[in-house]
Amino acid sequence: MTRARGIIWTRVALIVGAVGLIELLCRLGVIKPLTMIAPSQMAFELAHMIASGELTAPAAYTFTEVGTAFAVSVVAGGALGALVHAQPRLRRALDPLLVSWYAVPFFVFYPLLVALFGLNALPLIAIGVIFAAPAMMLSTLAGLDRVPRVMRKVARVHRLSRVQEVRLITLPSAAPHLFTGLKLAFAYSFIGIIAGEFILSGGGLGYGIAYAYESFENRRMYALMLFVLLIATGVNGALHMWDGRLARRRGRT
Amino acid sequence: MSTGDRQVAHATLRGVTRVYPGVTPVHALGPLDLDLARGEFFSVVGPSGCGKSTLLDVLAGLNPPTAGRVSFEGKPIVGEVPDGIGVVFQEDASLPWLTVRDNVAFGLRRAGTESAEIARRVAYAIGFMGLDDFAGAYPAQLSGGMRQRVCIARTLVLQPRLILLDEPFGALDQQTRLLMGDELLRLWRETGSTVLLITHALDEAALLSDRVGVMSARPGRFIDLVSTGWARDRDSRIASDPSFGAITARLWAALRPESMKAMGRQAL
Repeated sequence: MTRARGIIWTRVALIVGAVGLIELLCRLGVIKPLTMIAPSQMAFELAHMIASGELTAPAAYTFTEVGTAFAVSVVAGGALGALVHAQPRLRRALDPLLVSWYAVPFFVFYPLLVALFGLNALPLIAIGVIFAAPAMMLSTLAGLDRVPRVMRKVARVHRLSRVQEVRLITLPSAAPHLFTGLKLAFAYSFIGIIAGEFILSGGGLGYGIAYAYESFENRRMYALMLFVLLIATGVNGALHMWDGRLARRRGRT
Repeated sequence: MSTGDRQVAHATLRGVTRVYPGVTPVHALGPLDLDLARGEFFSVVGPSGCGKSTLLDVLAGLNPPTAGRVSFEGKPIVGEVPDGIGVVFQEDASLPWLTVRDNVAFGLRRAGTESAEIARRVAYAIGFMGLDDFAGAYPAQLSGGMRQRVCIARTLVLQPRLILLDEPFGALDQQTRLLMGDELLRLWRETGSTVLLITHALDEAALLSDRVGVMSARPGRFIDLVSTGWARDRDSRIASDPSFGAITARLWAALRPESMKAMGRQAL
């Protein structure tokens, strides 16, 4: 067994062991049903919600918000990163702001965002963008900073136009950092939107969890939580695997 | 010191200086003159920071001279790297996201060459540089010397008439350097290209070149030009020739006071 495969099996064993232990504690009554239901019941309830179509509307609502926030964050964050990279003076001015960005509790601006965008999905999408775009912007800056100077010379030796240089040299060269930006942008969009729905919205998966919690619908609440967990880890795991393949190709570990 | 005593000049620098502007402007190069004869192997040695790489950048069209004229095949070099000039850099300039084959084909694809012609030329260049078994590998899977060979193959495949090499073997061990030097000589012989090699290794310059230009401490000027007199069909085994030691000694005699100057010491 290779070392990497051994690590994967250890990881799987840890997860299966933890889930099995919770299952056992729930079945034995050590953990009361009012506190937590058994993982198998969560999975059963989730399967039931998917089969009945009950999950379709809130999931579509949330995924639309997350998808929109993610797309806007990647485009706007990437463009702003490139702009700031090209303007060293602007960058020096923005540096303190960017460093302290995540210290600000942006949810307090929700009333302002409602006033600006109305009582619809846009304020939550805006919160998702506020969370995710700076991560993409910082990753873009890091990626562009690390494009070796010699690559610019390679572009000139091959007489590439500015557009060709960006497409064929700069972007591929900065790709590892841009990919990190994509991963962070997804994670922050997802966190921002779910958390926003939980406390501020009237729809979506986050709202569904909050509603089930307040109505003491434990089975429903845990099924939705499991669904959110599966989506978040599934997407992140897929991006991580893709990143790993690219990293191995480039000799990064 | 003028170097204009050769036959028909393939590339020419006349009165070239390069000053980097700033609060304290840095006079990096010149004024200097240089004529490279067609098919010549010319090496440049000099103390650290004397402007060797600046000279290469100016000749390549990557860095405009502050004063003076640079021309290649009779046409002035202004603003961009002219067609027919290939450059190999000191740093690893292989493209890590492309396979060896795609790295080598990079310039040809940009130039719009037909795919059959690309395949033919790439296969030849990869074979020539001994990379056949690694055509599908990524640069990260290769040693430093092999990555540098990829960069040389990427230059070679464009069939440049003037090849500029900026300390291409700087990061390699001595044995690999000698072997890479032999490969470079083979490339030079078979292509008939003019070669300008920047190096800090006197033995490398003495061994590979038809002529060696010794540069002064900054601002770099040519203070000596040494013709080696080697036959065109040569390789690293000429290191055992008695005149090899004499050439290296002459280069060092010219370079030593300049290196001392560059280090801020008085020549003894």
